[in-house]
Amino acid sequence: MSLLSVEGLTIALPPGGERAYAIEDVSLTLDAGEILCVVGESGSGKSMTASAVMGLVPPGLPVVSGRIVFEGTDLLRLSPEQMRALRGRRLGMVFQEPMTALNPLMTVGEQIAEVFRVHGKTGNLQSRVLRLLEDVRLPDPPALLGSYPFRLSGGQRQRVMIAMALALGPAVLIADEPTTALDVTTQMQILRLIRALQQEKGTGVLFITHDFGVVAEIADRVAVMQHGRIVEQGPAAKVLNAPQHPYTRALIDAVPHGTARATATGGAEVLRLDGVRKTFRRGGGLFRRGSAVVAVKDARFSLAKGETLGLVGESGSGKSTLARCVVRLFEPDGGTVAFHGTDLLALSRSAMKPYRRRIQMVFQDPYASLNPRRKVGDIIAGGPLTHGVPRAAAIAKAKDLLRLVQLDAGSLDRYPHEFSGGQRQRIGLARALALDPELLIADEPVSALDVSVQAQVLALLDDIRHRLGLTMLFITHDLRVAAQVCDRIAVMQRGEIVEMGDTAQVFGSPRHAYTRELLDAIPGKHWMPPRLAA
Amino acid sequence: MGAGRLLRFLARRLVKAAIVVLAIVVFQFVLIRLAPGDPASVIAGQSGAADAEFMAQLRAQFGLDRPLHEQLWIYVKGVLTLDLGFSHRQQAPVAALIWERLPATLLLTGVAFLFAISAGVALGVAAARRVGRPTDSLITVVALTFYATPIFWVGLLLVLVFSVWLEWLPSFGMYSVGADLTGFAHAFDVGRHLILPSITLGLFFLAIYARLARASMLEVADQDFVRTAHAKGVPEGRIIRAHVLRNALLPVITFAGIQAGQLVGGSILVETVFAWPGIGRLAFDALLQRDYAVLLGVFFCTAVMVVLFNLITDLLYAVIDPRVEVA
Amino acid sequence: MADFWRRFHRNIGAVAGLVILAIVGLTAVLAPILFPFSPWEMRGVPFMPPGEMGFLLGSDSLGRDVAAGIAHGTVVSLLVGGVSTVAALAIGITLGAVAGYAGGRVDDAVMRFTEFFQTIPSFVLAVVLVAIFTPSITSIVIAIAIVSWPPVTRVVRAEFLSLRAREFVQAAEVLGRSRLAIMLTEILPNALSPIIVLASLMVATAILLESALSFLGLGDPNLMSWGFMIGAGRSVIRLAWWMSVFPGIAIFLTVLALNLVGEGLNDALNPRLARRRGMVVT
Repeated sequence: MSLLSVEGLTIALPPGGERAYAIEDVSLTLDAGEILCVVGESGSGKSMTASAVMGLVPPGLPVVSGRIVFEGTDLLRLSPEQMRALRGRRLGMVFQEPMTALNPLMTVGEQIAEVFRVHGKTGNLQSRVLRLLEDVRLPDPPALLGSYPFRLSGGQRQRVMIAMALALGPAVLIADEPTTALDVTTQMQILRLIRALQQEKGTGVLFITHDFGVVAEIADRVAVMQHGRIVEQGPAAKVLNAPQHPYTRALIDAVPHGTARATATGGAEVLRLDGVRKTFRRGGGLFRRGSAVVAVKDARFSLAKGETLGLVGESGSGKSTLARCVVRLFEPDGGTVAFHGTDLLALSRSAMKPYRRRIQMVFQDPYASLNPRRKVGDIIAGGPLTHGVPRAAAIAKAKDLLRLVQLDAGSLDRYPHEFSGGQRQRIGLARALALDPELLIADEPVSALDVSVQAQVLALLDDIRHRLGLTMLFITHDLRVAAQVCDRIAVMQRGEIVEMGDTAQVFGSPRHAYTRELLDAIPGKHWMPPRLAA
Repeated sequence: MGAGRLLRFLARRLVKAAIVVLAIVVFQFVLIRLAPGDPASVIAGQSGAADAEFMAQLRAQFGLDRPLHEQLWIYVKGVLTLDLGFSHRQQAPVAALIWERLPATLLLTGVAFLFAISAGVALGVAAARRVGRPTDSLITVVALTFYATPIFWVGLLLVLVFSVWLEWLPSFGMYSVGADLTGFAHAFDVGRHLILPSITLGLFFLAIYARLARASMLEVADQDFVRTAHAKGVPEGRIIRAHVLRNALLPVITFAGIQAGQLVGGSILVETVFAWPGIGRLAFDALLQRDYAVLLGVFFCTAVMVVLFNLITDLLYAVIDPRVEVA
Repeated sequence: MADFWRRFHRNIGAVAGLVILAIVGLTAVLAPILFPFSPWEMRGVPFMPPGEMGFLLGSDSLGRDVAAGIAHGTVVSLLVGGVSTVAALAIGITLGAVAGYAGGRVDDAVMRFTEFFQTIPSFVLAVVLVAIFTPSITSIVIAIAIVSWPPVTRVVRAEFLSLRAREFVQAAEVLGRSRLAIMLTEILPNALSPIIVLASLMVATAILLESALSFLGLGDPNLMSWGFMIGAGRSVIRLAWWMSVFPGIAIFLTVLALNLVGEGLNDALNPRLARRRGMVVT
């Protein structure tokens, strides 16, 4: 008999929602000692399924039908008090966002000890808490006991969460996208930790994710969800390498295939950075020295016409800061940014303006990069209008661009909130292209998008790049995306460029230890996504 | 939550408070200079302006014939040594007048504040726990009502109902005149006189704290760490007490500090209505008598009270929230 | 726009508040018609209870019509409330926008200044200001504006700080738009919602402040206002409770209505994400 068995579970959405049911007729099983990955894009209902097992579905979403059988009992038939007794003791859960998952006013030790206390365990809790902290490989457990969460990094907080979830040795651990908000290297550490703990204690793990790489890395079995239904289920090897359902096939096909592309032939030099540095100062008042964060240390690289240089690194590496220094959204503390020979940093604000036509930027967050109170047409035409193009011509150009990014002309009169994430990124791209720039800086343009949409936007970007002969500086944290898109790659760590070279060389024979660490941390790197004619 | 950290914090805040007090004195100086007429006549007020000798004395004292920055220095030095001037009308130093009345105001505002914050937070928490249900609506409506009524009018209404019509409570003063009570009986007498004024002053702020506490509880209840607590199997009662309430109180403490000024200002109105012998009443009399030396003295005193109160609330916040003042 | 009205409509309190405000506004406009005489005019026997001798709400210690006083006082309250709020908004928005957009030292300086002003007890300062500069409607409006601008600055600064870091503002900078254009066309329209809500609450506070000042005798001596009437009735409250009660009710209703409308505006202008997009499924 399975440890956990969800049978035909259906949960309704309130009337007027995007569809009738949050999840519909969902059935899956989890055995002891195995990891089941539930994969899907946003809106697929995967998190809802996880919440349902824990009895944490938000009020207002009734269970219409189905059972959730855990160790022989139907959880849906239990009283709230009985369910509460199971939570934390037999069922543990870890959530996605570690930075807000811990009570900021209680020490780490108190919060872990709380698990024991509320389930009636007394006695020497301190030693048990210390042992848990060691189990999750946290440094200096005795010091951590009295520490407050704000002193811990995201990865460390996530380990604390795992410690709390596994404190009483539950039979099932539910992990709802626990590594999505973490850096690649931290993610790999947490994945390995979960795998190790699970094997040690024989826990069954229900792992929610949107990343097929993670699935390839740890899953024993996989369930794929779309629009609230499970479309395919089976052993990992089978689903990953020979997917049956068209949606699964489309998703796997959209995973960046990570094969290095051919190097672009050298053209004239467009951009050259030398010695650029930027330090941020924080705090500091009348009586206190503030703290200084060195975001970028002595960056230097050059870009030739038509090529795409990738700036790759984890959060805090300085890649976004460096990109913003090129367009002077931040003013660097030193160095030169030479565009066709002219140092942009030496220009005054008004002297800079004509250069702005030639360097444009695409941003990461589709929900924050468009002014919600302006129509799409105004947004796209905004650039040309600022640079003196008459209104009629600007609007005509906007129409052309909408066609180029594969949106219909009627979008001109609509507002951003009427579009999806992927569509908004296309609008952002159109806005950047409206001035016919030579150099396009793309700051994580697809990181906030679902996998299938990601592939479409990347394909569009590639197409436009070739058609318009754009030079591109592409910032990303995702090595697989970088491999697919970039000619050359610069790896950044803590503000410094530690390695730079052709994509093939950086991936094939990395020289710097950090690059090797990054490559090693790519989840599921041993898995070659099958090329499917979808 | 080390003691060392707190002490450093306290030291920094004390220095900051001192600077603010200095700035207030300079501000007062600027105000006096901006007023129509020469500073001496402003300070002397109506009665003092008639007395030529007094005016000459004032002019010499303020050094009105000296350059501006010297005048500023004289003024600042005066105020900081608690020489707040002389009230011609009452023939007494302003500082002495204020010192005499200060305890009464501290008693009134202290009791009103404690009443407002304890009852307000209790009501706010109760409303948040039963959000959407009739209790919540009732508390919200009641809070809104208290918030919308002028403090002085509430005072008059309470006097009307409880003193004039029902004759349950005394309507003015701090103690029964001529009764000559001592010890416990005296305290009880003062207490009886304290009820209406402190409720009057407190109701407005009770409404504010109730609404703030309610909003804060609802916002905190929505946060991720509360969901984590549920996932750990923590029972509802403990979640509210140990997780939600503690975090929800932080904005209330901050707000209490910001509201301190209004609380002190409100005491002028309440003391006027109830003839309570505090500095608020003193200020009202000074207004009637055009005795601006006293008025400015009360202004300075209330500003210092607010600075000290803010210091206490900041310290309390730093004790509760370990994230404060960590470089 | 239609969306906004629909959300506003759903809030019964807000609609009730709007109705009350309409009545108040109407009273202000119709006052010279309903009571075509000065409220200072002695119209009859003093201390008449409400309903007697043609005094709808009674007469005061000098035989003046309480109802007329309330009606004419409406104009004063609304005028003082409105003008002082506009002035405070002008000061607060300018300072807040500059502080939020410029950041750095400018922001620090403005914030220190604002914090200092908030430390000073606002009502006491208003009393001192009006007293020193002699009471008149001008000095009252200026005094209220001077003590009311700090919260506006804080709100506007917070909005500008957060919006300035938003990517669509960064995009505008990369496009080469001028700083002023960015502040006015990109940031300000998105910062309006909290400002509008704050404005309605500020009018309410201003009316309370004005009535408190008048109660203490610091009102404009030529204008009959609600606070003054309550103050005049204070010493004779045993004899003539109507002198103090009715003007107080007027203040209460107006301030309540403004608060209800303010909350309605808040709900309508800032619908929480979950409510707007239906339940978000993950």
